[in-house]
Amino acid sequence: MALELKNLYDDFRDAKTIKALAKLIEEEATKLDRDINIMEVCGGHTHTIMKYGLKQLMPNNIHFIHGPGCPVCVMPKERIDHAFVLAMQEDVILCTLGDMIKVPGSRGSLQDARANGADVRFVYSPLDVLKVAIENPDKKVIFFAIGFETTTPMTAALLEHTIKKELDNIYFHINHVTVPEVMQELIDSRDEHVDSYNNQIDAFIGPSHVSVISGAKIYSKFANQYKRPVAVSGFEPVDVMEGVLMIVRQFVQNRCELEIQYKRSVTMDGNLNAQKLIDRYFEKRGLFKWRGLGNVPNSALKLKDEYSKYDTEVIYSDILPKEEIEDHKLCICGDILRGMATPNECQVFGTACKPSSPLGSCMVSSEGACSAYYKYGSLL
Amino acid sequence: MKQKTVSLASGNGGAENRDLIEKVFFKHLGNEILARGEDASIVELKADGGCNVAFTTDSFTISPIFFSGGDIGKISVCGTCNDLAMMGANPKYLTLGVIIEEGFNVRDLEKIVRSIKKELEINGAIVVAGDTKVVPKGSVDKIFINTSGIGEPLVDGISASNLSEGDLIVVSRDIARHGASIFASREGIELENTIDSDCASLFPMVEAILNAGIKPVAMRDATRGGVSAVLNEWAVASDVCIEIEEAKVPVSQEVRGICEMLGFEPMSLANEGTFLLAVKKEDATKVVEILKNFEQNKDATIIGKVTSEYKKRVVLLSDWGTKRFLELPTGELLPRIC
Repeated sequence: MALELKNLYDDFRDAKTIKALAKLIEEEATKLDRDINIMEVCGGHTHTIMKYGLKQLMPNNIHFIHGPGCPVCVMPKERIDHAFVLAMQEDVILCTLGDMIKVPGSRGSLQDARANGADVRFVYSPLDVLKVAIENPDKKVIFFAIGFETTTPMTAALLEHTIKKELDNIYFHINHVTVPEVMQELIDSRDEHVDSYNNQIDAFIGPSHVSVISGAKIYSKFANQYKRPVAVSGFEPVDVMEGVLMIVRQFVQNRCELEIQYKRSVTMDGNLNAQKLIDRYFEKRGLFKWRGLGNVPNSALKLKDEYSKYDTEVIYSDILPKEEIEDHKLCICGDILRGMATPNECQVFGTACKPSSPLGSCMVSSEGACSAYYKYGSLL
Repeated sequence: MKQKTVSLASGNGGAENRDLIEKVFFKHLGNEILARGEDASIVELKADGGCNVAFTTDSFTISPIFFSGGDIGKISVCGTCNDLAMMGANPKYLTLGVIIEEGFNVRDLEKIVRSIKKELEINGAIVVAGDTKVVPKGSVDKIFINTSGIGEPLVDGISASNLSEGDLIVVSRDIARHGASIFASREGIELENTIDSDCASLFPMVEAILNAGIKPVAMRDATRGGVSAVLNEWAVASDVCIEIEEAKVPVSQEVRGICEMLGFEPMSLANEGTFLLAVKKEDATKVVEILKNFEQNKDATIIGKVTSEYKKRVVLLSDWGTKRFLELPTGELLPRIC
């Protein structure tokens, strides 16, 4: 069969449909008696909103808060330093996904490591690591695993293949993070001393790809317990616009529910096989540091103890740096992620902090709020 | 420069590339001719200006060396001749420098040289000086080629800094084929219909346009950095805003498919036989008509216009009434992961 991907996206970028949805949102929003802040959790949604200019289609009382859902942006310097140190080992090939190689830690980025002689490769899929390992039997091939629930099953599959094929030169550095825990952190965070210092998130657009794996059920507590409407939406412009419409209607009709816009792939329960695969190899970490947000309980995964012989955090524990690195003092990414500040309120925005030399998570990748404001500035 | 070592991003044809050129090369070697920043420089050999030639150089390090739609030989002639053609010059004499890795297959070398010959004939140019070096295994990746070329300017005044409000922007064909084709083959992505690179010599098209009595305001082949690099350079050099209607930019279904899969923007992917023209409003329809006479240019079309709204910026207009800036590509070309 010929490559006919267009059927998968053409309809979801249709100008007439987008315009019609914009009109419906506008009409519904006139019935609101207050402003609504909708957080799109996932970087993929932020990207769509920016790329297709959806913000320009929103009425004045609907605002987007760009969430922490870009696994590359939220990776703290400590973890990138781990990757850097591992990559600089002489007998190591370090593999990771896409954008990760650009992000600077305290010693530089993986790109810098490569310029200094390290063998760093990016792969499209974790399973590509198998080929690298087979072709380089005298090297240790380390997979620096990043991503949310979406990519975790692929890492688990890589480990499963490694065990089955009895390959003895594949190792892992696990940085998989989970979405619901960080959403909860964003809502729960309060400053005891300042009353107004609460989050401003009224509703969520939930990441659909994560939900394909984990099921929409992981978001039910946000509607039920935390009283924040959720619309699990796809990543095309029509999807996001429809998700916004669903949320606005909930407010107008005084409902608070978990709704699925992305019905073409998301179910309540998700992909049970993938969940089993994750559970077989991974367990929760107590704490994981997020760039911009600090330590978030139970928000990441690690390899179970019985697989520690594959775990570089165990094997290389002597050489991996342990010191904490503070986020930059002037950086307000944490506030931006909670919807309490906009990028241009930051003192270092566009001066000390730019896409080419990011200080905070929101400037790191094209999916971060600051990076988007920097690029699209006067058009937003 | 803050950076201590040269990274791959410094060769991407985008922001980092320009930074390296400005902060290292221009700093020491800059002069009035180089500062014009054109594809090829127009230089005077005699003090009275009686003998103008267009002069340029380009190096080719492509991997794989044989790709769908061309090879390193073809591209090394196209690249240099196209740079001359974009200045309205007729490519005449080329030099050819070849650096070969020890162990390289002689039959492959001959194949490459045959491609060079064929492409020279299309341009009406000949090789008048050459150099061959062989280096130990591992010193280069198979074969690197440098060509320099001189040509006779057929018109003058074609320049990236001459765009003015009201000019229209024309693209010669569907974009991003070369970049998509190379990425697909490099990553081993198997497609039912392979994407041929657009690699081609552009002088015949330029000649046809000039012969029709039309003088384009600016022309540039959208190589590294793609269409977005060319438009951004023009916007800055001419201090204008360029507005592009995104839906009008021709992109083939296969190329869009690859870009969707890998997370690339077609506007930032390289081309090797696709060029942009800025033309006076009254010439635009005729230019498109002339381009369409060439088989590979059946999708030639007007994609935008020069305005003064956001100076030095390129704005993409969507079909649903929103706008965004089209950026100069930055960083290494990497797929987004989410």
